[in-house]
Amino acid sequence: MKARVFITLKPGVLDPQGKAIHHALEGLGFAGVNDVRAGKLIELELAEGTEDSAIEDMCRKLLANTVIENFRIERLESVAS
Amino acid sequence: MKAAVIVFPGSNCDRDLAVALEQVTGAKPAMVWHRDSELPDGTDFIGIPGGFSYGDYLRSGAMAARSPVMGPVRDAAARGVPVIGICNGFQVLTEAGLLPGALMRNAGLKFVCRPVLLRVENSQSLFTAAYEAGETVTFPVAHHDGNYQADSETLDRLEGEGRVAFRYLDACNGSSRDIAGILNDAGNVLGLMPHPERAIEPAHGGSDGRRLFEGLLETVA
Repeated sequence: MKARVFITLKPGVLDPQGKAIHHALEGLGFAGVNDVRAGKLIELELAEGTEDSAIEDMCRKLLANTVIENFRIERLESVAS
Repeated sequence: MKAAVIVFPGSNCDRDLAVALEQVTGAKPAMVWHRDSELPDGTDFIGIPGGFSYGDYLRSGAMAARSPVMGPVRDAAARGVPVIGICNGFQVLTEAGLLPGALMRNAGLKFVCRPVLLRVENSQSLFTAAYEAGETVTFPVAHHDGNYQADSETLDRLEGEGRVAFRYLDACNGSSRDIAGILNDAGNVLGLMPHPERAIEPAHGGSDGRRLFEGLLETVA
């Protein structure tokens, strides 16, 4: 099975990279972008039956820095082919 | 003093730190590899050097903070052994939970590499005993992720407890309240972005960093 972990900066945490992307979009003439926040996507290939709690543990212990980041886990159940 | 300098893949200030320690204390520090699971017996000072451990993968300091050697470092810190983390070492200490807050991308997005003016805010710590409170010193900085951030409650606590050791007089990275270096609650762990080990002799352009190691030698030995 696969899981995706989305890591985003907590609201209120300054995101200089998001700001730079925002400015670059404006520089390219894209109007109407109000804000940009950059995050990370981590894809995990996991053994079947890996518990949600184990994935959460991975997020807390390594994948996210919970001082500044939030995480969201999305499971992609494997489809028999 | 029996100093140990931790070396991670990608550390690049480990030798600078070792040379600074040897010049001031007269003894060569032990260089301890990140995969080692113990520190030399009698280690009474630990230095976590600057650099780009693990290529800054995931987050600066994130992988290093979970490497095997950090177990004994954590135990030693809990016993009161002084630990200094400089630059990437500061990032490692925050990632390891030994210091609060986080070091984020510089607000100006640029790598900053120049001497900066700092104010010594607390001259009562193990590390700053040889400075006067309020004294101005110059240390070089060289970092991309030195923007210190913590929630306002944590910042207030750091200020209230005298745990802000150094503050930037010329803001260079967007850090909250211009914080350049902080202490843990017991006062035996210091993390700072500027490099005292690169300012220990006049040939470096200044020797303000030397007293940090001299003060330590006096308090540890």
